Amino acid sequence: MNLVKINADRCKECGYCIKFCPKACLSKGDKINKRGYYAPVFDATNCIACGTCARMCPDTVLSVYKDVE
Amino acid sequence: MKAIYEKPQVFTDAITTYCGGCGHGIVGKLIAELIDELDLRENGILVWPIGCSCLSDRYYNMDAFMSLHGRAPASATGIKRADPSKFVLCYQGDGDMVSEGMAEIMHAAIRSEKFTVIFINNAIYGMTGGQMAPTTLEGQYASTAPAGRKELNSGYPVHMAEIMGMMPGVCYSERVTITSPGAVAKCKNALRKGFQNQLDGKGLSFIEILSPCPTGWKMAPLKAMEWVDEVVSKEYPLGLIKDTTKEEN
Amino acid sequence: MGEKVFMQGNQAMTESAIRAGCKLFFGYPITPSSEVPEYYANVMETRPEEGVMFIQAETEVAAFNMVAGACATGHRAMTATSGPGFDLGQEAMSFMSAGDIPAVIVEVQRPGPGDGEILAAQGDYFSAVKGGGHGDYCNLVLAPYSVQEMCELMQESFDLAQKYCNPVVLLTDATLAKMRESVELPGYKEAPDPKTVPNALTGCKGREPHKMATCGDGAVQWEEFNARLQEKYARIAANEVRYKEYNMDDDPDIILVAYGSVARVCESAMKLAREEGIKVGMIRPISLWPFPDVAFEGKRGKKFLVVELSAGQMVQDVKLAVDDKRDVHFFGKLGGTTPSPKVVLGEIKKLL
Repeated sequence: MNLVKINADRCKECGYCIKFCPKACLSKGDKINKRGYYAPVFDATNCIACGTCARMCPDTVLSVYKDVE
Repeated sequence: MKAIYEKPQVFTDAITTYCGGCGHGIVGKLIAELIDELDLRENGILVWPIGCSCLSDRYYNMDAFMSLHGRAPASATGIKRADPSKFVLCYQGDGDMVSEGMAEIMHAAIRSEKFTVIFINNAIYGMTGGQMAPTTLEGQYASTAPAGRKELNSGYPVHMAEIMGMMPGVCYSERVTITSPGAVAKCKNALRKGFQNQLDGKGLSFIEILSPCPTGWKMAPLKAMEWVDEVVSKEYPLGLIKDTTKEEN
Repeated sequence: MGEKVFMQGNQAMTESAIRAGCKLFFGYPITPSSEVPEYYANVMETRPEEGVMFIQAETEVAAFNMVAGACATGHRAMTATSGPGFDLGQEAMSFMSAGDIPAVIVEVQRPGPGDGEILAAQGDYFSAVKGGGHGDYCNLVLAPYSVQEMCELMQESFDLAQKYCNPVVLLTDATLAKMRESVELPGYKEAPDPKTVPNALTGCKGREPHKMATCGDGAVQWEEFNARLQEKYARIAANEVRYKEYNMDDDPDIILVAYGSVARVCESAMKLAREEGIKVGMIRPISLWPFPDVAFEGKRGKKFLVVELSAGQMVQDVKLAVDDKRDVHFFGKLGGTTPSPKVVLGEIKKLL
């Protein structure tokens, strides 16, 4: 399974990662982070590790990893 | 696992002061990626303006100079002329460049200073709370144009990429945006060209980036992105204005 | 030392700057300082081995900020201007002092206020010495009174700027700038390697990154930042007081106080007075900031005659320095005329 790591405390809830993910792997979480925002949560099921979410994020919240096995 | 995207190496751990969804955040990241890719950290000096990005020296693990308002092109001139072997980036917003610093950017272009200029155009003064910029659109609300900008009183939006393109000293001028993955990729290519031109010793490179300002425009981030695509880019068309480096090659 | 020549103040001073390793000049022409950029432009063309880089900036605002950028890289750079141009640079003066930038600024005074005139004046004392910029900062201000001193202090300005990481203002005037005098030009002095200059922006290879930033981070941090600046100014004040005394050995009751070109006039007036048996001495401040308070201490019952080409600016600092400000008298000239020694002698006699 591909992986998107989320550094939740950096998130400012702009929504870009959720909007631009082509596979709808990200959605708004329900935990408020230290800055008062809802960081996204990741569902690996359909993730293709395209990296779009990380590239659209203004705050380097996301890191993307491809399962190479 | 193979890393597809990780935080750029040159970045510190600082969280930016930018609002959620700010275009500065995306562009700042592209700059960091290019610094890593082109190995510019140890030989580079970043020149920051006054504006929302003024604290950016904290985000990069490299030498930086925080200029006076509008004076980044002058300070960058001093730095680059003192040591032309350094990579010098001059980064400005619309108040800094087009208002306070209009003389400085024009004359840096006139003199064909050999550094790269990044212009973040979000058609508003973000840092100081949403006042009108020279790039504010006609009819657009700003705190100093509460009935919307009126051209009769406040003149016309300024098209910097075109103005820069007219200057013989500017070898490259392009206007891009960051409102979609495709746009972000194009923006990075434009930045890469601007950086490479400097490494090749060419004249001034100018990249104007239309950027959302959710707070200044009083819109949610995604709405602000749409507004760039639907409204702002109608006033400021995207595309290549000038590239004399192509003719040279 | 170098060769003995008969040379104009501006030009000799500029040659001295180049010989002190100041290869970078950014400036805007303004009378009576324009010979400085012209000299640099000339050397750039005719003496390429000097490696001089001259840019005629679009405005003084730009010139000061170019100097800021260049000096921040550890290289020596300067600008030269007059009152109206120095005014335009005030934000940059505050900025450079706050940012520990070792800039050197030559200010060739001419009469103001406004567009004014182009002869000699000393009406920019306040803006140079008290600082026309915002916030609590200090310029190190040096005032030569001859072409020779202009050359020597010009070279020293770069050393002092880099020693203290603070701007230095060489405050001169139209008479000194335009007059020709016999001068022994200073020799070549090597500028330090930029990498050895504190906090220089040279690319961070092999070291922690350097930042030049003067932005606050909340009141607590900003108070600490200011405390550090105040400590810097205290160090300059403790170490860089300069002045010269003339004819003070026989404890004269009348003491002239003057700097710059009008000090030359006062020197002659003092000689005339002595010839008539009037015991007159002179104190000539050379550092205007830090002001040589120590030269005035303990001199009770003396009459100080402060002579300036202004409505009275340095006289305020003299009043602060003496024990009793009622001992301080003033004679000033406005408009650009310089009084003759006889006129000053007349003023001395009024105090008898």
